[in-house]
Amino acid sequence: MYKTLKQIVCTGIKTEAPPAMDDALRQQVQRLHEDILACFGRALAIRHVDAGSCNGCELEIHALSNPYYNIEGLGIHFVASPRHADLLLVTGPVSRHMQIALQRTYDAVPDPKWVVAVGDCGCTGGIFGVSYASCGAVSAVIPVDVAVPGCPPTPVALLQGILTAVGKEHP
Amino acid sequence: MQLEEFPIELNKISGAVPAWQGTVNAEQWRSACAGVHKAGGRLIALWGSDERERGGGYAVYAALSVNSGLVCLRLDVEEERPAFPDISDLFPSANRMQRAMHDMLGLHPSGAADHRKWLRHGTWAGNQYPLRRDFAPAGHFALEDDNYPFITVMGEGVHEIPVGPVHAGIIEPGHFRFQIVGEKILRLEERLGYTHKGIEKLFENVTRGEAAKLAGRISGDSTVAYAWAYAMALEGVCQVTPPARALWLRVLLLERERIMNHLGDLGALGNDAGFAFGLAQFSRLKEDVLRANGALFGHRYLMDVVMPGGVAHDLDASTKTRLTDEIQQLQDEVTVLKNIYDDHAGMQDRFLTTGRVTPELAARLALTGFAGRASGQAWDLRAQFPCAPYDQLEVRMATHRNGDVAARVTVRFEEIFESLRLCRMLLEQLPEGPILTDMLAVPDSAFGVGWVEGWRGEILIALTTDKDNRLRRVHAHDPSWQNWPALEYAVIGNIVPDFPLINKSFNLSYSGHDL
Repeated sequence: MYKTLKQIVCTGIKTEAPPAMDDALRQQVQRLHEDILACFGRALAIRHVDAGSCNGCELEIHALSNPYYNIEGLGIHFVASPRHADLLLVTGPVSRHMQIALQRTYDAVPDPKWVVAVGDCGCTGGIFGVSYASCGAVSAVIPVDVAVPGCPPTPVALLQGILTAVGKEHP
Repeated sequence: MQLEEFPIELNKISGAVPAWQGTVNAEQWRSACAGVHKAGGRLIALWGSDERERGGGYAVYAALSVNSGLVCLRLDVEEERPAFPDISDLFPSANRMQRAMHDMLGLHPSGAADHRKWLRHGTWAGNQYPLRRDFAPAGHFALEDDNYPFITVMGEGVHEIPVGPVHAGIIEPGHFRFQIVGEKILRLEERLGYTHKGIEKLFENVTRGEAAKLAGRISGDSTVAYAWAYAMALEGVCQVTPPARALWLRVLLLERERIMNHLGDLGALGNDAGFAFGLAQFSRLKEDVLRANGALFGHRYLMDVVMPGGVAHDLDASTKTRLTDEIQQLQDEVTVLKNIYDDHAGMQDRFLTTGRVTPELAARLALTGFAGRASGQAWDLRAQFPCAPYDQLEVRMATHRNGDVAARVTVRFEEIFESLRLCRMLLEQLPEGPILTDMLAVPDSAFGVGWVEGWRGEILIALTTDKDNRLRRVHAHDPSWQNWPALEYAVIGNIVPDFPLINKSFNLSYSGHDL
């Protein structure tokens, strides 16, 4: 226990750590956090759906939860069921084998809901395009509010995309 | 098995790894595989191609690991009778690969017991085969029900839990069908193929440059390993050797990929055992590595850095210092964290004896990569068949015999330390010179292989070329093909809440498997 506590104390709070690494990025992260809190209180629930990605985008979505970006600490959390979610974060391309599962997941999210398509493949189908096996973009299967390009998009770009979606007036 | 013992004459495949090829008939297909099996060799990959445009029928390939290296056997199959002898009785991992070959190419493993589809769900018709050359890549069919016949367990108190394809966490899609009694898992059956995006069909119609990008996106967490395997296969075919500095940088990139993935998974394993501290600490260290990757190589996950002919980014002298400092910091911090993990009774209680794959079972299933090494399977291409410059680095292989979650955790820790040692050596001895050499046009009808020890296990890319400097068929093999079936055994007798822990301890690829 002593070693664990010592490591925690020695590590310090990385989320607000001073410039050492990448000051520009950190300020941007901090500002985004404030914006999300202002418009969505402390309770944005996200359900992630991998609709056929290469797993690259998932790595960056995981990174959102590391101490540097600390998305959970700011009231945005990933939930286990679409029924508990406000927002779907969907990576693509949507494989034809995931088409029905994605549609059903979307249907299970209660209104009002937002969809953020993640990555070049989620935005357009990317390098995989449309084929016998791929529907291409997420928007080919369910309505999309915001598309975040990148291969994969950085955690900051993902935060920006999430903010843009929830900051928008929803019909 | 020695090369001379094969029933046919083998020809050397040019390239960075020791590999040979030869054409067999149906009888020799069985006898050669039986010989390799008897001598303790392993099946690495199994795939087919459509040769009808070239005046043949179909070809079936098996890549086998023997004492001297890799042997690729080719069996020609008539168009009128598209069948080949089953080898899943010798190599259990052949079962799913043969079923996938049937789904994709319509070749039938005669004598096999399991004829269920594997990669095909309800998306394309059962009499359509995407990897036949006359199958239109844009072909679109009405969606049918999947109707996959799972095996169920009967008995008092037994019930079924279906999980997926959309999982509860941030993870790739797949379906798991548990048969349980109380909390105890009696049986697990996997259903994969959800992320099938037609990658091998795409390879038929892309330029060589696009193919390199595509290879780097087969499995995002192994982009360096795939890109290198593809480059290795193509360089072999073109008889091009990248400059020494490029090869050394490739090893640096591959070892960074290994470190990054092990760091991420060790954190997630702590979290799955209820120790959130582990996730916070390891994900912080991983992010440090990612940021350094972004700053030094232009991409956080190193996509498109390895390219045919060399690498896309060089290191200058100042960045060398940054990397050396980073290695020392990682060494210190991971040592502290390993001590904390080792001393944490609650976590060790969850890790020890959980999700066990015994060395005997691992040998039978040909468990590969770090998971294999945690079950006494002492295979590591970096030590066994070291391509340059691994041959100068003397990689120390980490092995363990317990085969449980704890053993896989131990091997991952040891591999991080070994990769850090290698990175230190690489930075000290990095040769000067160019980082890229010109690629030549590919000859027609050539066969090349790339075989790389990725962080998860052995990645193989095999390719055949066509006229006009084009690729005809590219097959990519992920080590997850061997390891997914082992997960079904590893969970037997464990409790359902330990499944995420066991699953994460392997962390297998869906995308690399489904293609």
